[in-house]
Amino acid sequence: MVESSSKKMVKTGMLVLAYILLAAVVLCMLVPYIWMLSSSLKLNKDVFTFPMQWIPQQPRWENYVDIWTKIPLGTFIYNTAKLSVIVTVLQLLTSSFAAYAFSKLQFKGKNILFLGYIATIAIPWQAYMVPQFIMMRSLGLNNTHMAIILLQAFSAFGVFLMRQFYQGIPNELCEAARIDGLSEYGIWGKIMLPLSKPALSTLTIFTFVTTWNDFLGPMIYLTKTELKTIQIGLRMFISQYSAEYGLIMAASVISIIPVLIVFLLLQKYFVQGVASSGIKG
Amino acid sequence: MQNEIRIGTDQVHKAGKSRTLKDHLIAYSFIAPNFIGFALFTLVPMIFAFVLAFVKWDGANPMEFTGLHNFIRLAQDTTFHKALWNTVVYTIGVVPLTMACALGLAILLNQKVFGRNTMRTIFFFPYVASLVAVAAVWNFIFSPTMGPVNNILHAITGVPLEELPRWAADKDWAMFTVVLFTVWKNMGYYMVIYLAGLQGVNPELYEAAELDGANAWKRFRNVTIPQLAPTTFFVLMILVINSFKVYDIFINLFAGADNQLNDATRVLVYQIYNTAFRSLDYGYASAMAIVLFLLVLGVTIVQFRGEKKYGQ
Repeated sequence: MVESSSKKMVKTGMLVLAYILLAAVVLCMLVPYIWMLSSSLKLNKDVFTFPMQWIPQQPRWENYVDIWTKIPLGTFIYNTAKLSVIVTVLQLLTSSFAAYAFSKLQFKGKNILFLGYIATIAIPWQAYMVPQFIMMRSLGLNNTHMAIILLQAFSAFGVFLMRQFYQGIPNELCEAARIDGLSEYGIWGKIMLPLSKPALSTLTIFTFVTTWNDFLGPMIYLTKTELKTIQIGLRMFISQYSAEYGLIMAASVISIIPVLIVFLLLQKYFVQGVASSGIKG
Repeated sequence: MQNEIRIGTDQVHKAGKSRTLKDHLIAYSFIAPNFIGFALFTLVPMIFAFVLAFVKWDGANPMEFTGLHNFIRLAQDTTFHKALWNTVVYTIGVVPLTMACALGLAILLNQKVFGRNTMRTIFFFPYVASLVAVAAVWNFIFSPTMGPVNNILHAITGVPLEELPRWAADKDWAMFTVVLFTVWKNMGYYMVIYLAGLQGVNPELYEAAELDGANAWKRFRNVTIPQLAPTTFFVLMILVINSFKVYDIFINLFAGADNQLNDATRVLVYQIYNTAFRSLDYGYASAMAIVLFLLVLGVTIVQFRGEKKYGQ
């Protein structure tokens, strides 16, 4: 009896400790965002007052109005949204299409081709970004959105992810559909696509967020202001107006909101995708 | 007809050449959209990268084959060595700290604690949040004289502001700052991988250990750690590879409007970028890229062997 009650106390103590630790980490994770939000509603001279004023006495909403005219924020967001959507759609279509063949069809060179895909996943993009740029430039694609689309839309990762999922769908399902007279394209569209919603969602959020947040790609290819994405546009603004603290924070908040929305809506698939990447290796 | 032909691969072969040809064409038509884009914009540049490493080229004048000259230059280039060294130091700083934090948080969240899912979201979010934005906040918060961090330190310790660390602006503290930032930004991602690993541990193992009188530490040491070995291994490999490839974090924490890094903060990919796009020394930049490729390849080979060992 004594032992079990002391054990209970230890357990309660551990739980309390766990809560204290977690609360501390939650605070560390959240403070930068709260600081960002709070500063975005302040005058430059009030951003760094100490002790810190968490809730501005007179919130300066004008920051959120001024930022749109100070830099072409609307253009940046439009460019980023356009690129993210096009890349994601192309990625989903071509990846699931190719993955269907790799998983459910027989053809010559299948294993070699798939091995090639896998091998290139391991090669870092940074190792071939220079020749890729030279090639794109010689095609006249420097300073075009097309360059970003072409380099992001056909990743081996997407094919791999979709194929892994299709492998889990029984072949009998496809056989039955073939007997019913469906073409391979029909099986892909009417059976595989609807069944692979979880994998498609994972790929969607991964691709969308990666494209939205991409930094080095747009930095290499998009040097004209009117073509810039939100990341490099924001970076340009921060380096040009480094003392406009309030405006920088307002622009930062705006740049985070779309990802926050997508993340909150689809985070289940994101977490599943990350988790399964760890399990399958 | 269709019943006979389409039941298995064996039957397809029996059905004659034309059938197979058509099946092949259909299969290739599925692969083609992705493969053509992939081959043109990934495979071709990859091969091109190896060629470039052995030439001298500025993009305008004719290419000049120089053999191993670029690599000999690399061996003598102290700036490059500094970049390589900084990348290694960064990796050594980021990897163990991220793993420890990610595992610790995963274990805490794997208990029946209140608000689990909300906390998981909060810990994970920095990983997807825009780097430029969060780096800007960090630079403000860690600003040497104005920032709240140093002002709080000043208020607590009484040390004058001028004597406190200047964080990103200080060559001795820069690496520490960027490691801290990277851990803060990415640990949630690895935590989710660890959480999945923890959920795969058979609870009976813990029950058995408890019956044998193992305390919490012993259960962690003798059940959790060995059971998580494959996950830990995977996390380690991904972390090392990602640390080798770092660029954007350094630019956003340290560089001014000119996007230049100094000797204390230059990293491998920065060196590749600058050599190619500022000095227009494409051949030399590609030789550096080969070094990056070989580093990552080395890790990948270790990973391959390890995965066989862990039977994944």
